[in-house]
Amino acid sequence: MNEKTIEKKEKGAFGKFVDSFGLPRLIIALFLLLLLILAPFVGADLPTQISNIIARFSWNGVLVLAMVPMVHSGCGLNFGLPLGIISGLLGATLSIEFGFTGPVSFLMAILISTPFALVFGTGYGWLLNRIKGGEMMIATYVGFSSVSLMCMMWLILPYKSPNMVWGMAGKGLRTTISLEGYYDQVLANFLAIRIGNFEIPTGTLLFFAVLALAIWAFLHTKTGTAMTAVGSNPVFARAAGINVDRIRMLSVIMSTWLAAVGILVYEQGFGFIQLYMAPFYMALPAVSAILIGGASVNKASIMNVIIGTILFQGIVTMTPTVMNNMIHMDMSEVIRIIVSNGMILYALTRKTEGSR
Amino acid sequence: MNKTSKKKVNTDMGELMRRGSVPLMFILICAVCIPLSGLSPNMLVNEIVTRMGRNAFLILSLLIPIMAGMGLNFGMTLGAMAGEIGLILVSDWQIVGIPGMVLAMIISVPISVLLGFFCGKILNMAKGREMITSYIISYFINGIYQLVVLYLMGSVIPIRHTSIKLPRGYGIRNTVSLLNMRQMLDNLIPLRITLPGVGEVKIPVMTFIVIAVLCFFIVWFRRTKLGQDMRAVGQDLGVSRDSGINVERTRILSIIISTVLAGFGMIIYLQNMGNIATYSSHSQIGMFCIAALLVGGASVDKASIGNVFLGVVLFHLMFIVAPRAGAAITGDSMIGEYFRVFVSYAVITVALVMYETNKRRAKSRESERLREAQMEEEG
Repeated sequence: MNEKTIEKKEKGAFGKFVDSFGLPRLIIALFLLLLLILAPFVGADLPTQISNIIARFSWNGVLVLAMVPMVHSGCGLNFGLPLGIISGLLGATLSIEFGFTGPVSFLMAILISTPFALVFGTGYGWLLNRIKGGEMMIATYVGFSSVSLMCMMWLILPYKSPNMVWGMAGKGLRTTISLEGYYDQVLANFLAIRIGNFEIPTGTLLFFAVLALAIWAFLHTKTGTAMTAVGSNPVFARAAGINVDRIRMLSVIMSTWLAAVGILVYEQGFGFIQLYMAPFYMALPAVSAILIGGASVNKASIMNVIIGTILFQGIVTMTPTVMNNMIHMDMSEVIRIIVSNGMILYALTRKTEGSR
Repeated sequence: MNKTSKKKVNTDMGELMRRGSVPLMFILICAVCIPLSGLSPNMLVNEIVTRMGRNAFLILSLLIPIMAGMGLNFGMTLGAMAGEIGLILVSDWQIVGIPGMVLAMIISVPISVLLGFFCGKILNMAKGREMITSYIISYFINGIYQLVVLYLMGSVIPIRHTSIKLPRGYGIRNTVSLLNMRQMLDNLIPLRITLPGVGEVKIPVMTFIVIAVLCFFIVWFRRTKLGQDMRAVGQDLGVSRDSGINVERTRILSIIISTVLAGFGMIIYLQNMGNIATYSSHSQIGMFCIAALLVGGASVDKASIGNVFLGVVLFHLMFIVAPRAGAAITGDSMIGEYFRVFVSYAVITVALVMYETNKRRAKSRESERLREAQMEEEG
């Protein structure tokens, strides 16, 4: 009997570890580790690969961070990320249109996108408050409709800057706009560390760290705690005198603004503004990144964001090189689709406590 | 008594207004766009008849999960993929015409059943979130589909003909031609009728007969034991479980039937188109079918065969005229293209919002009634 309990305990410890870490997460982490070990053997340059992962982490970190407030307030995974991305794109294009260049254009892009994010976020939050329980599906379609509406707007709006409009027609924005001379790499070059092939975009990482710290600090204020309470048990929160709708609205606005800043950070790393249908599928990678990091439909922390983005981007960057060198077959796209959507499915089928 | 009946009439009117609003809006859009597009009535009617034959079967496949209370089945894409796999194999085996189509359908059935079973199982694990889950499943299976078609076909699954194989030796080309099968079903019984003021209209008689058979099947199916069970499950999960219905099994069956039908629908759709866009044919099909159904006045929890046909006509009328009309107004044809995509998404968004608000309202009304009953008991 004594032996039995010990055995149970031991198994319990391992089981507990798997439980807390999550089986799919463990598999993904091991897979990434395997890729990293294999990389030198198949002739890929490890330092380049690792700096690629770090660079991609720095581009995407803020976009994934944008999930956190809405998950906390119980609005579910923010499939409506494109709405925030559109505010960011408006800020980016207007900043260039007004003739700002260099690092100032980045600052102005953030400033200009802020009012858009506030307005869109308020409308979006109002809508989500009316349809509690069906947030995720409707968020997806709010994102899609806003992207397709803006497709028309990019053509119609009277942009004039020759760097952005179609050369021949003189109107209508191009699908990709180069940021050279504007804010290409402004954050990444700030205090950047370069040793041979190894690069760290210090500025972008710092920028992400500041935002992440701000969100972490916010979640520990009175309003932030209220937000967590609303997410984990709305009935209890209402009984405690918290205005549930107002808190949810605040979380949606925060998520939208973070998405706007997130896309700007992404652009400065990537070097291009992508318009039209590009924001369409940007929600899914961000959603699956935070889920891989250990978040669930109604629980997410900054740590989930960091781990998830590293794992997800790690797989995205490593699979093509390793696979290509190993079996001369680029299956990375298929693997990415299966892993990211499989992760979302896994999270959706979990029984979530305190769900409506 | 009088008061309650009056109230009921009022809500019925409101219900009618709500249901009618989306079709009405589309009639208005079409009324504005048709003259602007400058398309002749002959062309319009021909296009609508063709598209009716092409899409109606696919849209009808959505009806059964709605009946079972599982919402709009975004997972119908799974069936579409099964249908495509069937067609790819059949065109490799060089079986042409109607026998090829039938064989493709037979091949698609086991794949559809398997995928539908998987989808239903997962949806049972995510009750209350069926739509978003089925939507993500369609992406997930799309990944598996690409794995099979792009890597396994030709390397594991034998594909002989180089015309459909990629030059590298495995994987299927971006487009697979179905020239030997093109509009075989549509033209099986050729019929051209001349309408006054419109001119000659080509009618795909056989396709319409197949669609009619499916309609009768759905009407009949509603009356069977299984159909009744599905309606009960759609009404109330708890009550039907108490009355001895195997809720899980019923829900899985409804998804399987829908997936199999979607597979057939996709084969009919592709024989009309005449080629398969291997990696993109299925990706948009779910969205367009769902949008068309909603345009016809259906909602997430209620849809009829009438909604399907009204929806096909109105949605595709908009689809045909919008690019031309947009070009006429703004001088840029892309605006019309984006406009119709926007409208498709907006319709789905509005329908989902209406469904969720109604659900919430019904729930709060319920709880109020409960509270009143409790008060009465106490007082």
